[in-house]
Amino acid sequence: MWIAYKTIVIKEVLRFSRIWVQTIFPPIITTSLYLLIFGGLMGERIGQMQGIDYLQYIIPGIILMTVITNSYANTVSSFFLAKFNHSIEELLVAPVPYWVILLGYISGGVARGFIVGLGVFIAVSFFVEFTIDSLFITFFTFLLTAILFSLAGFINAIFAQSFDDISIVPTFILMPMTYLGGMFYSIDILPQFWQDVSKFNPIYYMVDSFRLGFLGVSTSDFWTSMSVLLVMIAMLATVSFYLLKKGVNIKT
Amino acid sequence: MQVALSTKGLQKTYTNQLEALKGIDLRVEQGDFFALLGSNGAGKTTAIGIVCGLLNKTAGDIEVLGLDQNTHSNEIKRLIGLMPQEFNFNPFEPIEEILINQAGYHGISRSASRAQAEILLKRMQLWDKRFDMAKSLSGGMKRRLMLARALIHQPKILILDEPTAGVDVEIRRSMWAYLKELNHEGMTIILTTHYLEEAESLCRHIAILDEGEVVEQTSMKKLLSKVAHQVIILESVSSLPEQIKEDGFECERLDDYSLQVVLDSDNNITNVLQNLAKQGISVDHVRSAQNRLETLFLRLTQKQQSEQH
Repeated sequence: MWIAYKTIVIKEVLRFSRIWVQTIFPPIITTSLYLLIFGGLMGERIGQMQGIDYLQYIIPGIILMTVITNSYANTVSSFFLAKFNHSIEELLVAPVPYWVILLGYISGGVARGFIVGLGVFIAVSFFVEFTIDSLFITFFTFLLTAILFSLAGFINAIFAQSFDDISIVPTFILMPMTYLGGMFYSIDILPQFWQDVSKFNPIYYMVDSFRLGFLGVSTSDFWTSMSVLLVMIAMLATVSFYLLKKGVNIKT
Repeated sequence: MQVALSTKGLQKTYTNQLEALKGIDLRVEQGDFFALLGSNGAGKTTAIGIVCGLLNKTAGDIEVLGLDQNTHSNEIKRLIGLMPQEFNFNPFEPIEEILINQAGYHGISRSASRAQAEILLKRMQLWDKRFDMAKSLSGGMKRRLMLARALIHQPKILILDEPTAGVDVEIRRSMWAYLKELNHEGMTIILTTHYLEEAESLCRHIAILDEGEVVEQTSMKKLLSKVAHQVIILESVSSLPEQIKEDGFECERLDDYSLQVVLDSDNNITNVLQNLAKQGISVDHVRSAQNRLETLFLRLTQKQQSEQH
């Protein structure tokens, strides 16, 4: 089982590495532009947020956004393509338990999230000087976020019947949730009603905890945030496993 | 002899209510070369898909080398190698990677599988292309790649669904030779094909499926012996006479040099040739006017249809 798991992970890493021009490079360019425009040009006018220079303040959110989109994109595109070109059958005819298949794809998503996140982190280092307040909190938040969105991408891929279906969720659900999850701002600046609404957005807890890890400031309790993420991971993992075992849209 | 594969009352009804398998019973002995024939939509690929774990069955039991699929599905997957009808690999993966990954899914390490991949790719004449993306291969090469992939974990049972479709004659013959070799070494091979000549020359036992039911299951020899007569064409060295004396056999002059003769239990080819020689007709070439298995196949499947209508 370990070899099968390792094989899926290696295959996934090789897959997104082979097409690095599409997978790894663009987020680094996009992030650099975000920093240049929002941080560099507009940041000075905005001043500080939660006592931190705006340019520094938005860095954790921007890095986490790339982790979210890339973890999601990796599992949704890879698993959907495996369904589309029927290469998923290579796994179905082999003695690979369903949980190993799931774990392998999720690990692939986490690996891409990590590599792209690290790439963005390195790119950001050229613009801003900063230190990480807590490596544990930063890494733990990254890990749970990447797992959660890899699972979400996996479920999307199972239900997707066409290429349109794998772009609808990222465009119409994921992107608004990310932008409204406090990526560019602290929810403290919102009216009370919108602050309360934001607390139903799981991305808020991720960005807030990631910011706590990087900058040492947050608006929510870290362990509450992690509990929210862990509960959501447990839910999505259960759903993913059930769908895979049942063979929904995979086996007829 | 141990049974390699048996199905009992295997049924499959798709969600659109199509009844693809209506409770089929199949039995394949270990070491056999078994043909599973049927027209398009007869249920061959469905049966194979269920045995290999690609499809869920509606009802019935499957046993592979004494293991019940309901309780030992993963152990069974280790014993079977499948070469499917449709291309089902990632076209953007290098071909050696495809084999190594498949071995990995079966628990074989990358280092151990490289040697086996090399043997198979050389045998399939794909070694020079091992770093190429699968999409760059021709149709015949893609089929050979799928055969290599099916063999990478050294299965006990090889299931081939239309293995030589779209493969040129030369490669087809070399694939046949390889399959015979594998079978000779003890591998059980189950083959579906539309080339009835392929099934006739390779397989020892046969089952014919028609509209989800087994209409015949027997040895190839017994099945072929059911053909009461055989039609052959004789090519003469010199121009045939206008009138040929039909001494106990039935014949028809097709052109100046070709004669169609019907052989039966009373008239074997030796009798016919001797008779023609007496009339000064010298034959230099003999060929079959029809494929015997094809005749039987059509007879069995058409009979089934006429009974239903």
